[in-house]
Amino acid sequence: MAIINDFNYHKPKDMDETLLLLSKLKGKAKILAGGTDLIVHLKEEIVKTENVIDIKEITQLNKIEISEDNIFIGAGVTFTEIIESQKLKEKIPILWEASMTVASVGIRNRATVVGNICSAVPSLDSAPALLVYDAEIVVQSKTEKRVISIHDWFTGPKKTLLKSDELVLGINIPIFQHNGTYEKLGRYKGEDLAQAGIGILVNETKNYRFAYCAVGPVPKRMKKLEEFLKGKEITDDLIEEASELIPSEISPIADMRSSKEYRIHMMKIMFKRGLRKSIANMKGGRS
Amino acid sequence: MKKITIKLNGELRSVHVEPEEILLDVLRDKLGVKSPKCGCDRGDCGACAVLLNGRSVRSCLILAIETDEQEIVTVEGISKDGLSKVQNTMLDKNAFQCGFCAPGMIISTTELIEKNPHPNLEEIKEALSGNLCRCTGYLPILESVQEATKK
Repeated sequence: MAIINDFNYHKPKDMDETLLLLSKLKGKAKILAGGTDLIVHLKEEIVKTENVIDIKEITQLNKIEISEDNIFIGAGVTFTEIIESQKLKEKIPILWEASMTVASVGIRNRATVVGNICSAVPSLDSAPALLVYDAEIVVQSKTEKRVISIHDWFTGPKKTLLKSDELVLGINIPIFQHNGTYEKLGRYKGEDLAQAGIGILVNETKNYRFAYCAVGPVPKRMKKLEEFLKGKEITDDLIEEASELIPSEISPIADMRSSKEYRIHMMKIMFKRGLRKSIANMKGGRS
Repeated sequence: MKKITIKLNGELRSVHVEPEEILLDVLRDKLGVKSPKCGCDRGDCGACAVLLNGRSVRSCLILAIETDEQEIVTVEGISKDGLSKVQNTMLDKNAFQCGFCAPGMIISTTELIEKNPHPNLEEIKEALSGNLCRCTGYLPILESVQEATKK
């Protein structure tokens, strides 16, 4: 099926050219990276635009940079590139695990993490990991560079703080010792969007972090749960007690993929399963 | 219209495209390569899969203009000098009935074997999970890949 709406295609070679274009075309351009969301939206006329700016030629955006205490994932980095990085698997296992659950190989070969957070659908798999890592989004316009906390980034379903003349350069993720997991509920293995998802982070100092996707309008940290468990040794009784806080932390809807009640029920189970697994991994020495 | 040049199944091919033209349509209608199929047209079914610079991608979700100066391989390219081992095994095992999903399955398998010559069943399932088949129920397809890749 062709795209009905005509547009101009731009493939800038560097950042300056891109930012100039964005400022000139203010509001009348869409950024194209992997295109796995944008092309569907253009075909189905959910999005209409006069200009498409393809950023894949900008080498600076296609980089993963790992320093002593920080990982930078550029806007052009695909889920496959994350999965193929042994270093990322070691340093940020929760995002690595979440990347493995995104759609299928053919989509992961194209789709980018930054595209995922820019599309900002409530079920996005990368968000729980980025939230428990306190990631930061680096954005730039022709005149200004901003660093936005992932906690402020999502302003509603499919809405973010990004302005029309800004480009996301990438995501900063701090490196620190931890264990954790991403639990995803889909109707079947492969391909499906999350019906519910929870990212779980634990560390030796008994600090616990939890974040969800798909069970609220925007992905979020679960602060009541974190406060309740803070400093405590995890036992079966404690996990059971904590899981009762889940319904007050989330606000799922009922849709074609599952009912509200099922989502709440499964979030409790995924929380218990994921926390037990993370604690076992930590005690077993996986870092 | 813009002229793009791609290396398609080993040959340099040039074609004029509009920015909004989809790679799948250009391959089928302008370049005469018919193995990629239009199934769901939104990236879910895998029937349109091609190898772009060695990686499997959904050609229904890519603008043709994005692929200027890049390399594309389809099933026509894979079987240029005769069928591959996996294709032959698929034939032997009657892996397909209608064959609509076959090109996507072959593309995904080719990519998998390139990276991992002897995958286990879980790895095969993961690699093929984005390809939907509505006839044979997947089993003979998975068995063919297992057979063709065993040590």
